Amino acid sequence: MSANSAHSVVEPSLNSKRIAGAIVVLYALITLIPLVWIFLTSIKSPPDSISYPPKIVFTPSLEGYCNLFTTRTRQTPDYIASLPAPVGTCDEVTRKRNMVIAGPSNFVPRFVNSLVIAFGSTFLAVFLGTLAAYGFSRFRVPLADDLLFFILSTRMMPPIAVAIPIYLMYRELGLSDTALGMILLYTAVNVSLAVWLLKGFIDEIPREYEEAAMIDGYTRLQAFRKVVLPQATTGIAATAIFCLIFAWNEYAFAALLTSGEAQTAPPFIPTIIGEGGQDWPAVAAGTTIFLIPILVFTILLRKQLLRGITFGAVRK
Amino acid sequence: MTISHSSIVEKAADATARATPASFARQVRGLSDRAIAWLFIAPAITLLLAINIFPLIWAVYLSFTNYRANRPNAPIQNVGLGNYERVLNDPDIWQAMQTTAHFVFWTILLQTVIGFALAYLIDRKFRGHAFWTTIILIPMMLSPAVVGNFWRFLYEPQIGLFAYAVSLVSGIPTSDVQMLGNVSLAPWAIVIVDTWMWTPYVMLICLAGLRSIPDYIYEAAEVDRASPWRQFWSITVPMALPFIMLAVLFRGIENFKMFDMVTLLTGGGPGSVTEVASITLKRAAFESWATGRASAFAIVLFVAVFGLANIYVRALNKVKQR
Repeated sequence: MSANSAHSVVEPSLNSKRIAGAIVVLYALITLIPLVWIFLTSIKSPPDSISYPPKIVFTPSLEGYCNLFTTRTRQTPDYIASLPAPVGTCDEVTRKRNMVIAGPSNFVPRFVNSLVIAFGSTFLAVFLGTLAAYGFSRFRVPLADDLLFFILSTRMMPPIAVAIPIYLMYRELGLSDTALGMILLYTAVNVSLAVWLLKGFIDEIPREYEEAAMIDGYTRLQAFRKVVLPQATTGIAATAIFCLIFAWNEYAFAALLTSGEAQTAPPFIPTIIGEGGQDWPAVAAGTTIFLIPILVFTILLRKQLLRGITFGAVRK
Repeated sequence: MTISHSSIVEKAADATARATPASFARQVRGLSDRAIAWLFIAPAITLLLAINIFPLIWAVYLSFTNYRANRPNAPIQNVGLGNYERVLNDPDIWQAMQTTAHFVFWTILLQTVIGFALAYLIDRKFRGHAFWTTIILIPMMLSPAVVGNFWRFLYEPQIGLFAYAVSLVSGIPTSDVQMLGNVSLAPWAIVIVDTWMWTPYVMLICLAGLRSIPDYIYEAAEVDRASPWRQFWSITVPMALPFIMLAVLFRGIENFKMFDMVTLLTGGGPGSVTEVASITLKRAAFESWATGRASAFAIVLFVAVFGLANIYVRALNKVKQR
């Protein structure tokens, strides 16, 4: 205690800090186990991945990644012997299991769908959200509070509850199973978050900046573009990443409204099947590739995280 | 530039704008402020009306009909409140609601207790707390469906890591750790994954709550010689309570809608012990194609969430005002 007596009374003692640290680190490590296991499984060979007891030491193999990107068929050793020498690592790995590569798998197109839909809807949501947030922040809009609550309440609906009429509506409009349909849908879901978050960010930019610009002869729109937008860049970027994460991870709408062409990765990854059941190394490989962008964003976003997940209701 | 100065300028500009004919004002200043306000807000509102409100109204309409989405050309009959009557008298639906309530209760209880405890510990500000906090936050940023699918592998009794770890610790043979196949264990399997994923969420909000408590309150308590236990219950918990309640609200709404994780982990099984409301709804709408009845159920669910959330927000506001 004597070492701490110089500190304020509310400063926790060194011992209590150590104990707290140890418990939190232990929890963090347990939390990480499933994630580490996903990565380890992705670089295991299929027999290693299902051996008992679970293998922690093993020879790394790229088989999971090869199986993720290709479809394979089992062939007789005679037929395989008659083929020309394998081209590339994947071919080699596949031949070892008496299989030949039949063609590329659907993973890449599904992943591209995820990229197109997530980025497209994020761009639209942030664009519409920025305009609306500026409108709510700077002008006296009649019934502003009611409109803002209405925007928020659209987020309370269970996705399945609106999925039926959206399914019917999209069928009428020819939007079912199209990237455009999914982009519009995710934009609608994300725009509520974008408006709420961005309104908070724009409220923090002093009005005086625009007023000064307008006195200098800028119009309202020019002041918005040249003064407010540059000031709001950080907020816009954070909002964009939150929208991106939602659209990237969404499953319910994607599973119900897309079946082929516009299917995204979340409904696709669980359907990766090998011989006799799920090909776990391939699933793990797909999962790993799918999770990496989000890991990066989490680290980039850690300061804004709280605002984003609570609609800006709590600031840090 | 001071505020008073700017507002005088603004008033002067407003007066000029009012005195100027609209067409001239447009030439000089571009669009009027009112026009810009609506121009800026309208697109977002229109999109929400088209893709959220219109479908909801359509669902209300469908809930009074016997429409089936797989037979778009069959004549649509108005069945009045028939669908609602069937939904409210359907024992399967009540079972699903009960299952959902259990999930919401247990996940929120576990997540609040563990999340608050973690936040309390992280608030000690030990060395490296920022780094470990970021690590803990990772699961909640991931896709519940994709991660839930992988947890199915972790739960496999013969090959999965979970069963192995349990048997290593407790000595129970792995073949008895059938998390997803056993009727009494399957609900807990989902509770475990949900807690793993979302405890960080509650933790983060609790942490913000704890950090919002000013130091001088503790200093005053220290001067009054309040015991740490007393300080915890009289200062820490009440001051953080609005934040905890906010976390519970957000988690409650989310878990009431829970769909992706359950679908991937158990698909509602074994039997129907983990069949939560969204899964029943999905089955009625997209497997039985009873669109009208499913819509009625959807409306009942929405009203339930909306009503409960509103009551809860009122309680939350009372706590905040204290």
